[in-house]
Amino acid sequence: MLTAKGYPNRLGVGGWLGGGRWGMERYLYTLHRLTGLGLIFYFLLHILVTSARAFGEAAWVASMGRVTGPLFTVGEYLVFLAFAFHAANGLRLAFIELGWGVGKPFEPVYPYKTSVDFQRPLAIVALLLAALLAAAGTLDFFVLHKGVTP
Amino acid sequence: MIRDAKLWTWHVLAGLVIFVFLGLHMLIMHLDDVVNIASLNPAGGHPIDWANVVARGKMIFFPVTYTVLLGAALFHGLYGLKNILFELNLGDGVKRATTVVLALLGLGLFVYGTWAAFASLALARSL
Amino acid sequence: MDFANVKEVTYRVRRFDPDKDRAPHWEEYRIPYAPGMTVLDGLWLVKELHAPTLAWRSSCRMGVCGSCGMLINGSPRLGCNTQICELETTTVAVGPLPNFNIIKDLVPDLMPMLETHRQLLPFIVRDDHEEMEKPSGEFWQSPEELEHYLQFSYCIKCGCCMAACPTCATDPVYSGPMPLAQAHRYNSDSRDNGFTHRRQVLEGERGPWRCHFAGECSRVCPKGVDPAKAIQLMKRELVADYFKLREQRCPARLAETPKGVARREGIPEAPAPTVR
Repeated sequence: MLTAKGYPNRLGVGGWLGGGRWGMERYLYTLHRLTGLGLIFYFLLHILVTSARAFGEAAWVASMGRVTGPLFTVGEYLVFLAFAFHAANGLRLAFIELGWGVGKPFEPVYPYKTSVDFQRPLAIVALLLAALLAAAGTLDFFVLHKGVTP
Repeated sequence: MIRDAKLWTWHVLAGLVIFVFLGLHMLIMHLDDVVNIASLNPAGGHPIDWANVVARGKMIFFPVTYTVLLGAALFHGLYGLKNILFELNLGDGVKRATTVVLALLGLGLFVYGTWAAFASLALARSL
Repeated sequence: MDFANVKEVTYRVRRFDPDKDRAPHWEEYRIPYAPGMTVLDGLWLVKELHAPTLAWRSSCRMGVCGSCGMLINGSPRLGCNTQICELETTTVAVGPLPNFNIIKDLVPDLMPMLETHRQLLPFIVRDDHEEMEKPSGEFWQSPEELEHYLQFSYCIKCGCCMAACPTCATDPVYSGPMPLAQAHRYNSDSRDNGFTHRRQVLEGERGPWRCHFAGECSRVCPKGVDPAKAIQLMKRELVADYFKLREQRCPARLAETPKGVARREGIPEAPAPTVR
């Protein structure tokens, strides 16, 4: 790699976020990244917390007792929302990043129609799927919710 | 060193595995009041009630799929995290250290989680 | 916004002189506006009327050479290809393309991008070295095969895609949309046989794996090259190759002149071959 001359002008992490003038997929990219980070940190703790069941009922109840209360319910709800988005958008990305849904190469004629336009219906379907999952989760968390049996 | 072409391919495939098994996990744990599958919460009540944990723990299906999900999710998540960290333009030494730490973390949690899944199977069957 | 009565526009230009300045700063200039003026025309006026030392790159004035890529009101675009009236404001903020170092004022250092481009072998690679050195004819290629790469061959290397790419905002190791799209352009050329050579680089950290389809490169490309499409198609090809599912093909053969056939009357002679 060549060493660059001049004043460094990389946008930095702010450049990941972009914002304002960018397109919808840029926001999906940012949200996918944020939800992914949230999910992996939750998951690492989740493994430790739920493995308590191997030590018997007392350990399980104690472990679950440490993660109850309204704060944890809201946290868990956020994790569910993150899951809903990350799963639906992830399915779209798996599809696109393996070259489906982006259109075939063709001679570009102005106004240009790009792969971003070709996959847009997929992005909308992914968001609808995420919304559907989120709605079902909201219903379960706050409307039909049953507490843990004491 | 395993090159990114391979790691990325397995990252995507692991994502699809997670989609199926985490979907099922969420269905059982968080959508139980919307879509109730009685055989997976046989004791009724909340899915994390000890009675339900034991009932599910007796089925071999759960430790096996938990292990698959655990492995897939650890790999998918930690590779994703590694990619995000590497995009921050870390130095070569820091990159190597990050890879080792994340690999050990993943391996450690995989071993512990797998042990827990099968130990709970044995425990549940003994009750 | 209606530009019918606009007589003057304000240029906010990001200035940086490596001999004098420690960091870039903004300067404002007011210049007369005339209908049809491009951002590049405006820069010439700024230079003529206010700032004779202002530096930028430009050449063809018609979106062909790829020299005048700059950050115009927050978006990477070609100065010559952007009319001031389409910005819908009378304030034109012009900065150098981000994600490249600034050499002076609006002049970015494109060398790292071009060096990466070079390392990905942006030319036809074949094993028949003699034919490549001393060509005896043209290689056969069908219109369908041409379509596979034609779109990507319109790239003018302006660097707008690199400036829009969120990964390039932090990561100098990732090759970036331009070099990757060009690698795919040659990988998908039926005359080329260089996939295994380019794969050496593409399989690793510098390959397409840190593209997450934010789609910005394709959105800003002034030539409709669609680098994001090229990168996703490239990933598919590399994954297929990993599973040994990539279609193996022989590079195109030399086109032979048909023998023993008579020309029908009234059909003009073909033009002389371009390679002798």
